[in-house]
Amino acid sequence: MRVAIVTFPGSNCDYDLYKCVQLVGGAPAFRWHRDVELGDVEVVMLPGGFSYGDYLRAGAIATMSPIMEAVKAFAGSGGPVVGICNGFQMLCESGLLPGALLRNRSLLFASRDVLLRVENTSSTFTQKYESGQILRMPIAHAEGNYHADEETLNRLEGEGRVLFRYTNPEGEAVDDANPNGSARSIAGILNESGNVMGMMPHPERAVEPILGSVDGLGLFTALLSQFSPLGTV
Amino acid sequence: MSRFRLEIRVIPRPGLLDPEGKAIQHALHSLEYEQVREVRVGKLLYLDVEAASSEEARGGAEAMCHRLLANPVTEDFEIEVHEAREETVRV
Repeated sequence: MRVAIVTFPGSNCDYDLYKCVQLVGGAPAFRWHRDVELGDVEVVMLPGGFSYGDYLRAGAIATMSPIMEAVKAFAGSGGPVVGICNGFQMLCESGLLPGALLRNRSLLFASRDVLLRVENTSSTFTQKYESGQILRMPIAHAEGNYHADEETLNRLEGEGRVLFRYTNPEGEAVDDANPNGSARSIAGILNESGNVMGMMPHPERAVEPILGSVDGLGLFTALLSQFSPLGTV
Repeated sequence: MSRFRLEIRVIPRPGLLDPEGKAIQHALHSLEYEQVREVRVGKLLYLDVEAASSEEARGGAEAMCHRLLANPVTEDFEIEVHEAREETVRV
């Protein structure tokens, strides 16, 4: 699995992703925001961080980077694209995913572990999880409050495009378990054609026991299972 | 070509949860400004542009708002176009 990890000025989870792709046996490579080509890769990952200092709106300036044209073309041709945290914000800002990520309801930067319920196990990204499985992984964001109009939310739910929801230990999506005020407790979604996903929590920070959780591994092993490990054909 | 000063206001859409506005409203209430019913917080951008006419200046600004300055999912925008004043040389 050859993975392009795009670094923007202010990205800070790019090395976590790199390590994580290596850990599952894939072949990661960094791409710079000024690059115009992704090269011969099978998966693209947009990392977390604070690209361009979150100026204007989180992720907004990054979507104007030269590399984003290549990312859009890659997504358009069906290539799998993963956006985590700031990467999710970029995908929404660029229109590759619907909706927007607003300021957390609390107005505070939220940095802690959350619990997620897996809502759809048939996607490219979540097929290694069990339906209803509860995952633990960290969040670290100030703008993670997912918003979309009612029609879009109904569509996302109706088409099984909500991948993860914030829940309590019993797996109930109650308001107390919603760390940022996201509509319908949505933590991660899929695009219409099923090849672009974004999520606010950090699966790449939950891949080794020393990190406190290995629940994020499934996302990467799911992707890996669709390609040969080191990307040699 | 003339110079125009654009004033662009980007405002969270009515009805949308605006936690920053809420926090400011609470703070105003705690100062006993009970008359405040709602606070919404947006952004004000000043752009100094060159254009052939004020219509052209406005058209450009609208495109900028659609493409970058405002998020079409959550924000509305208002544009004011002002003729830039001749700079006076002070001695």
